[in-house]
Formats: sequence, structure tokens, C-alpha cells
Amino acid sequence: MADEPHDARWRVIRARNRALLLVLVGLVALFYVLTFVRMGGH
Amino acid sequence: MSELPSAGIVPSVEADWSRASVGDYVQILKPRVMSLVVFTGIVGLAIAPGHLHPFLAAVAILCIAIGAGASGAINMWYDRDIDRVMRRTASRPLPAGRMLPGEALGFGCVLAVGSVAVMGIAVNWVAAELLALTIAFYVFVYTIWLKRRTPQNIVIGGAAGALPPLIGWAAVTGGVGWGAIALFAIIFFWTPPHFWALSLYKSDEYAAAGIPMLPVVAGARETKKQMLLYTLVLWPVTAAPWLLGLAGAVYAGGAGALSLGFTVCATRVWSDTTDRAARQMFAFSLCYLFLIFALLLADHGLGGGR
Repeated sequence: MADEPHDARWRVIRARNRALLLVLVGLVALFYVLTFVRMGGH
Repeated sequence: MSELPSAGIVPSVEADWSRASVGDYVQILKPRVMSLVVFTGIVGLAIAPGHLHPFLAAVAILCIAIGAGASGAINMWYDRDIDRVMRRTASRPLPAGRMLPGEALGFGCVLAVGSVAVMGIAVNWVAAELLALTIAFYVFVYTIWLKRRTPQNIVIGGAAGALPPLIGWAAVTGGVGWGAIALFAIIFFWTPPHFWALSLYKSDEYAAAGIPMLPVVAGARETKKQMLLYTLVLWPVTAAPWLLGLAGAVYAGGAGALSLGFTVCATRVWSDTTDRAARQMFAFSLCYLFLIFALLLADHGLGGGR
């Protein structure tokens, strides 16, 4: 699709990158909390 | 059933770059299916004997949800040709050309591996193995092997949808008990009448896509008979948690009333010559499963069972 607006493509990519960043931050937070819970003996 | 007509299948129009939005990524996880899977998993986790730290319980539920989503994404990747033929599925991201097939497959695989790994690391490896079995069964046994070959596709494939309560149970106990098997059996025997109700009024679409659902292969009469038989089997099966001492009188009474309602629906489908009763039964079947598991949860909260 050569006539696809360039900025539309960028908008999609940027939204997906933000979502991916959120997922990665969530995973880091998850493993931090998991570590603390496990250290508590559970 | 490779003999079935597949002339209606048109080659998929695939995009040259991905227009898939975040919403499309969510859509390929089949969130509506996921909600029922998560709910039954929560009930398995809640009524299992033992205790699990609330955070670990939340992680277990998250892993069940993501694992179910991963199965859905891989299923949509594999079924993108037939999804394009059926009105019900034609607007999904892959057949609509918004998402590249490789994206869906990659996304599904990453989520599948990630959910199993996190379940194993955070909760226990029995629950992780059951989650891996669920995903593998849904993808390889149901989607790839049975769905396009036999009218028993959703009977055998239904085992994948029935496993989440076992995973929840295993997350708490580290194993599988008779109570967990009873929960599995409820979903397993509920699945055929649920999907056959849908396929009765969508049989044209299934036939066009070459999927050998029972109404397409054996006809409406045989399907309606089988649906009625399965609703009768659900009477003793839904009584099992009460007989095993997992639930008390509140559950037993409620489950009996719901099973009566389900059987009445099936008898209406049997005598109905239009689609109306089948549509009503499909809607009722969703409420039926939700309410059976909600009753188990409520009864457990009220201290029912032994």
C-alpha cells in the first residue's frame, strides 16, 4: 500500500510500542513483587 | 472430513504491512472466551483445599488468561482461511487483512511460552504443565487435527476448555483431585450442546467453510438428539461436586434447577423447526455454565460441602 498515509503508519507503530513498554514495565514489577512474596516464605 | 466442499474458501488477502492496532492484538486473544476460562479457573482455585498467597493466586489467574489468549491467537493464525469465509469471523484482524499471519503466530507463541514459564516460576510446575497441556491440546489436537476432520471435533476438543479449573486447583494443591475432575467433567459435557446449538443456526456458514460440524454432517435431527442426551448426562455430572462433598445444598438445588432448564431448552430445540430455540439454548448455555460455577463459589463462601 504505497499510498497509505505515512503518519497513520507511525501512529499505529507508536501505539504498539507504548503498549509493549507497558507490558515490559508490568513484567519487571511482577517479578519484583514475586521475589518479595517468595522471600516471605510462600 | 476433507471430502466436504471447500469451494467457498477464498485466498486470504494479506497486508504488506501491519495495520494491527493494540485493539486488534487484544481481539486475537478472544477476550470473551477468555472471560469464561478465567472464571472457571478462579472457581477451581477458590474451592480447592489449601491456601495460596493472594498475589500468587492473581498471578495464576493471569497466566491462565494469557495462556487461553495465546491459544486463541494461534487458532486465529491457523484458521485465517476459513475465518474469511464465515460472516461471524470475517472481520477478525487476520481475515480482514489488518494483521500479518506471522504477527499473530509470533504473538501467540511468545504468550504461550511466557504464561507457562511464569506459572512454573511463580506458582508451581504441575499447574504450568497443565497450562502447557491445555494450550497444546487446543492448538494441535482441536485446531489442527480435529476441527476440519470430524464432527466430534468439539466433543474431544472440549477437553481443552475444560482444563482451566484443574489448573486453578493444581495452583493451590500442587496436584489434581476428584473435585477438580468433577469440575472438568461439567465443562466437558457442557461443551457439545453449547457449540451444537450455535452450529445449528450457523450450519450454512460452517458448511461453506468446510467444517464438519454435526448439523452439517449428520443433520439437524441427529444433532438435536445428541444435544438432549448431553443435557441429561449433565444432571449426574453437575451433581458430582455435591456427591463428593465439595458443595452443599445451595449448590445442589441450584444445579438441579439449572440442569432442568437446560434440558427444557434442548426439548424445545428438538420440537422447533426454526432457529429460535437453538439461539435461546446457546444464550442459556452461557448463563448455565456461568451460574453453575458461580453457585459453586457462593456455596463454598457459605461454608457448603464437607
